[in-house]
Amino acid sequence: MAVSELTEPNRTAKSAPPVKQRTGGRGPRGRERWYAYGFLSPGLIGLTVFTLFPVGMAVVMSLHEWPIFGERSFLGIDNFRHLLAEDPTFLVSVRNTFVFTALFLPLNVVLSLALAFWIANCRARQVFRVLFFIPTITPMVVSAVIWKLLYQPDGVFDHYLGSWFGVDAPNFLADPDTAMFAVVAMSVWQGIGYNLIVFSAAIDALPTSVLEAAEIDGARGLVKFLRVQLPLMSPAVFFVTTMTMITSMQVFTQTYILTKGGPGDSTVTMVQNVYENGFISRDLGVAAAGAWLLFAVILLITAVQFVGQKRWVHYEH
Amino acid sequence: MSTDSRTLARANSARQQGSWWTPRRVVSHVLLVLVTFLFLTPVLYALATALKPAGETFASPPSLVGSSVRWQNFADVFDYLPFQRFVVNGLLVAVVGTLVVLAASSLGAYAFARLRWRGRESLFLLFLGTLMVPQEVLVVPMFILMQEFGWVNSYQALVFPWAFTAFGTFLLRQFFRQIPYELQEAATLDGCSPLRTFRSVMLPIAKPALGVVAVFTFISYWNSFLWPLIIVNDVHDLGTVPLGLSLFFGQNSNQWHLVMAASVISLVPTLLLLIALQKHLVKGIAATGLAGR
Repeated sequence: MAVSELTEPNRTAKSAPPVKQRTGGRGPRGRERWYAYGFLSPGLIGLTVFTLFPVGMAVVMSLHEWPIFGERSFLGIDNFRHLLAEDPTFLVSVRNTFVFTALFLPLNVVLSLALAFWIANCRARQVFRVLFFIPTITPMVVSAVIWKLLYQPDGVFDHYLGSWFGVDAPNFLADPDTAMFAVVAMSVWQGIGYNLIVFSAAIDALPTSVLEAAEIDGARGLVKFLRVQLPLMSPAVFFVTTMTMITSMQVFTQTYILTKGGPGDSTVTMVQNVYENGFISRDLGVAAAGAWLLFAVILLITAVQFVGQKRWVHYEH
Repeated sequence: MSTDSRTLARANSARQQGSWWTPRRVVSHVLLVLVTFLFLTPVLYALATALKPAGETFASPPSLVGSSVRWQNFADVFDYLPFQRFVVNGLLVAVVGTLVVLAASSLGAYAFARLRWRGRESLFLLFLGTLMVPQEVLVVPMFILMQEFGWVNSYQALVFPWAFTAFGTFLLRQFFRQIPYELQEAATLDGCSPLRTFRSVMLPIAKPALGVVAVFTFISYWNSFLWPLIIVNDVHDLGTVPLGLSLFFGQNSNQWHLVMAASVISLVPTLLLLIALQKHLVKGIAATGLAGR
């Protein structure tokens, strides 16, 4: 959504007749201003105390040695240098986070898009939307705990891989070769319902006239999908990939419950690195620096996506 | 755009091409139901395990029903750990947090949508901008702030730090802007102050939007894990459900039947909300793109 669209007063606002002329600080218009400040104050004070101030603090903290207890001292960019050059788990966590995103994002988008088209022909598609949304709305800790049970040796996956396919399944979560895939599979299951609803709503909003015209022109099946439906849905696809990328770079809870970052450090993510630096090693300065690096990476990828969208996203119908 | 008329149009075109229930369509539907069932197996399996006697979790071959159906497991969860406490804590934090969010964001949204004052658009941009900051950047300084307030390990710390995000303000502003100006003017002409207009005219109309904000806010409080993990020292006293569950799980990871019973209990409130919300689910997500994550 363009920013101008959000801030520009809408038409009704513009056409509203100015009931009273401007009278500075007095009269009804002046009163309205004071009312506005009154209405705004709880939210604005809250946002200042709990968001704006912490953001500023986070900058300051990232430049200091800042233990939870004890003396603070100014370091400059040493925390960042430490993370990028000395901390062995940080770079691993960056790699793991990218691997997770690179697997999770396309799987999630492709599967939810396919599913959205599948249910589009159903009159009962609202039922499917709700059913597929159940994991998304379930606490992540609960989903992860349930999947941990499925992944156990002698668990369901192990058993059926053996009895149906004769495959001797690995110990999914304890094997460094499979742990990340196991985390991704669980996350796709958990996250698919959200994107399904966005895509499903986008399919419902496709202009029937255009689709019918395309059908008359002989567009069917895959051609219709690739040349007509997908371009028409490109804003939704862009929205979904951007949002999913942002959230998947912030992956933490499921890896923390499923593997605690292990085995070894094969599933440690950037957020877990921030958490452990800050609240296990109690070095808040390094944690703040790590959080800023994560934010920088997210901003960078988002910026690339926004620049790239001009080439494939069509906003006009 | 009306979904019903579209569905009708599709149904008509399908009828022109032949019957609705072509064999292909039947197969597609049957497969879809099958896939949905497979998709939900983990949840069903959790419920099945929660009802099995101890020690039968890894019976081979896996079965849905154990040697007996033990509803007692659900009661045992509450004996094993202060699970009751976690549920009460979770509900308390989520309900109070939701009320604070509703109050602060509806007031702010009204000022942004319907009152005229200088600096409105630039301040709104600032609000929007804060939505970009990820929670991870905020948790570290937030911890220091809580230390300064003396709020470490307290209910206040679980509620207030996340009650002023711009998400609710944004969603409600979009909604207020769709309400006809005439309503507001009529109220003003009748002598209503902005406060009265807000309370008696705008809020009642905004009920559906308030409901969407309330449900998504409740869920994000109820499900939140990272912040309680950081700020709660005494899990037995102040733990919320996800935190308590992870502790329980860490201590009793071989008691799968109890862990699953606790998990099933934990997903009941969100499941109920999902059912309550389902009519607004699509609109809520389409309107914000931010909710419920």
